[in-house]
Amino acid sequence: MTPSEGNGGLVERKVVLDVVGIENTLESLTRELIEAHPPDTDILVVGIHTGGAHLASRIASLLAKNGVSVELGMIDITLYRDDVFIGLPRPEVGPTQLPSSIAGKTIILVDDVLFTGRTVRSALDELIDYGRPHCVQLAVLVDRGHRELPIQADFVGVSIETTRQHSVRVYLTESGSPEDRVILYESENRS
Amino acid sequence: MTRTFKHRHLLGIEELEAEDIFLLLDLSERFLEISERPLKKVPTLRGKTVINLFMESSTRTRGSFEIAGKRLSADVINQSSSGSSSSKGETLLDMAKNLGAMNPDVVVVRHRAAGTAHFLSRHLDASIVNAGDGMHEHPTQALLDCATIRRHKKQFEGLEVAILGDVSHSRVARSDILALTKLGARIRVAGPRTLLPIGLESLGVEVFDRIESAIEGADVVMALRLQEERQRSGLIPGNREFSRFFGVDNSRLALAKPDAIVMHPGPMNRGVEISPEVADGPRSVILEQVTYGVAVRMAILYLMAGSESTE
Amino acid sequence: MTDLYLQRGRLIDPSSGLDQEGDLLIREGRIEALGPDLTPPEGIRVLDARDLWITPGLIDLHVHLREPGQEYKETIESGCRSAAAGGFTAVCSMPNTTPPNDSRAVTEYILRQAQIANSARVYPLGAISEGQKGERLAEIGEMAEAGICALTDDGFPVMDALLMRRALEYGRTFGLTLCQHAEDSCLSKGGVMNEGIHSTRAGLRGIPAAAETTMVERDIRLVELTGAHYHVAHISTSSAVEAVRQAKARGLPVTCEVTPHHLYLTDHRCLTYDTSTKMNPPLRTDEDVEAMRVGLADGTIDAVATDHAPHSSIEKDIEFEDAAFGIVGLETALPLVLNLVQDGLLTEMQAIDRLSTGPARIYQLPGGSLQIGSVADVTVIDPEYRWQVDPEAFESKGRNTPFTGWNMTGRAIFTVVGGQVVHEQERTTS
Repeated sequence: MTPSEGNGGLVERKVVLDVVGIENTLESLTRELIEAHPPDTDILVVGIHTGGAHLASRIASLLAKNGVSVELGMIDITLYRDDVFIGLPRPEVGPTQLPSSIAGKTIILVDDVLFTGRTVRSALDELIDYGRPHCVQLAVLVDRGHRELPIQADFVGVSIETTRQHSVRVYLTESGSPEDRVILYESENRS
Repeated sequence: MTRTFKHRHLLGIEELEAEDIFLLLDLSERFLEISERPLKKVPTLRGKTVINLFMESSTRTRGSFEIAGKRLSADVINQSSSGSSSSKGETLLDMAKNLGAMNPDVVVVRHRAAGTAHFLSRHLDASIVNAGDGMHEHPTQALLDCATIRRHKKQFEGLEVAILGDVSHSRVARSDILALTKLGARIRVAGPRTLLPIGLESLGVEVFDRIESAIEGADVVMALRLQEERQRSGLIPGNREFSRFFGVDNSRLALAKPDAIVMHPGPMNRGVEISPEVADGPRSVILEQVTYGVAVRMAILYLMAGSESTE
Repeated sequence: MTDLYLQRGRLIDPSSGLDQEGDLLIREGRIEALGPDLTPPEGIRVLDARDLWITPGLIDLHVHLREPGQEYKETIESGCRSAAAGGFTAVCSMPNTTPPNDSRAVTEYILRQAQIANSARVYPLGAISEGQKGERLAEIGEMAEAGICALTDDGFPVMDALLMRRALEYGRTFGLTLCQHAEDSCLSKGGVMNEGIHSTRAGLRGIPAAAETTMVERDIRLVELTGAHYHVAHISTSSAVEAVRQAKARGLPVTCEVTPHHLYLTDHRCLTYDTSTKMNPPLRTDEDVEAMRVGLADGTIDAVATDHAPHSSIEKDIEFEDAAFGIVGLETALPLVLNLVQDGLLTEMQAIDRLSTGPARIYQLPGGSLQIGSVADVTVIDPEYRWQVDPEAFESKGRNTPFTGWNMTGRAIFTVVGGQVVHEQERTTS
């Protein structure tokens, strides 16, 4: 999906991050991750399907460039959602790929936008079902506030002020977008 | 593009389009992975009730549905009954009403009479999954067969599938013929004419008298279970003769493509419709069918439990 | 009160070929006069028949009244009310009751109950064999004396050719036609619907067309042997109709009847497992339906008979394979036949013939005629009456019909038996 199409009822308000902005933000997130963990930490970077998975993959590459080798995984939280049966069932379930054991690992959970916290809650439940990691930390590209659960990110790219009517979308070339962008939208009819 | 599954019940393959079947196969691949996790359970169907209503003896299909439901965290209740008509004075309608009063989300039904799933779908609010109704259909078996075939053959277009033996009494054969035809495969059937239903040609099936002709050049060879009572009811002279002319053995299998796979819906009569060497041989994918069975049924329960009765 | 005056209707009488506007005078249960120049006698009850047809009373050769023995499905009283509501002034009741009508006592019981019901007439058929077991002849002479109109083991085809031969011969002695449920029950064993692509798709055991045809063909040979009158009940296959056509061409005393449902419905309907599509003989193919229509039009098929077979929910709201065969038909037959007139298949005269005069001729029943001196069994029909089939509104106890929700045109407004109005339909057409 591109910013100009398929956003029924949404009006573009502003560009939160452009190509360069995303690149810089990921680099600074990577630096923070390196600083926060001793060199011999057993790190598993897990992206939440789909946007988080692409970002996790980019972060893993950046870490590798800086000489830090980590494992990479992804999870799909569809089957763990608390709203899975609100509306029609979702016939699309994404892949979950994790190492055979996650016990003792330091997991960096990666998502694109942190909003209510419900997605992260689902992801935590799913991870715990796989085993007992040493710890789980959360890294997000954008924190837009309005949490509905007591969940906070350990590593935040950018924080922005939003209202509930806003929508924040992250477009990445891996998902078929022409260029990387983060856009803030406003609902057209706020009745 | 987001795909949707618009069916509230799974009564048969007859009602499905090719795209529905592909969606189910794709979803099954995801659920396959859950069965390989250290903790083989997801919370998706917490608080949903699945009733396995098995009114005809079955161990593997019932077990498969039970595992599928439990791996999705549904509350699974098994109910068995002979299913003989009003043997206890209770009709199927009584039973349906009683089940309905317990507000299940999904009822999985196996029954000796064709059309039972249709019957329940008219009398219950729950989603109905047909786990085999008489000689009519066994849709989840066909889906798991398709999933197994796709894993080995990648696609269905132009695939030659030989279905052999007692086609007449086989709900598996009916569902497989419908499913594979919809997906673009070509079906050949062979067996004694007393065990072939009439009119199969109009479903686009090629009918052979001798199984050698059907196996020749096939990509998939499927032997069907021959039930003991076929001999008693005079449809064939005996199992010995059946096995001699219609059993799948290594010499007949040699006529198939070199990479052909061998399937059987189980339970097998080794030495009757399939020889032990073939059943346990390198081309047999019979146990993979069982593994896919759980994944396919998880996919079905997932979609059914979430469908709304108001729609 | 058996005097009645029907005023200004369209008189249609296949027995005489009469089709004209006029009045009909009934005195003491018989037709006394008819035509355009009548005036009603002083003090007689006059029924307004403007825009209506006045026809000889409809006769249904094939009805299961269920009494004695299965009164929860139907009684003689409810069945006769149902008949009258459908425009039938007489029904021929099948002997497969409990006990079966294989003796004078049961025949007399049925006739007595019919008299009490005081509605449509009942002409019982007697069983061919004791207990309808197909083994030895029932006491046919005694039943004939008691008032049976024909012989049949309906529901239980006479498989034994020797017994069939004897029944034809013995029945002929008493002037009784032999009605056969033509089905080779070995060939049809276990079947629940027509054998064909749809039975394959539904996974239901089939009844091949050959089960009917081979029986009809065998019986026709026995008619040649015995010279007795043979009637095929509810014929359903194109090949059996062809066999009857050829037998008639050879001058053999062979007749047959068809049900309304075999003139309309095909085995495709069984794919829903709706048990109101389960009957015996089963719904057949498009080709067979076409052959029924052609046969009815060209006179190969002599009569439309409903095979009215009421069942309760115990027999019908169950698995298709286990459900009883049969549907009710008395209250839907007339508009279905009249619709064939709309379709251009039958003339009005032919339609009434197949429902009245034809059936009367087959079993030599009173009625089927408006000629002076005939018994005053008369049906007054509104051919334009539009209504929708609602089984809950049936007079029959049976609700098992495949025609639920069908929009019908045509209905009996007055059903007159022996000059007495036994059914009257309000004429508020919607």
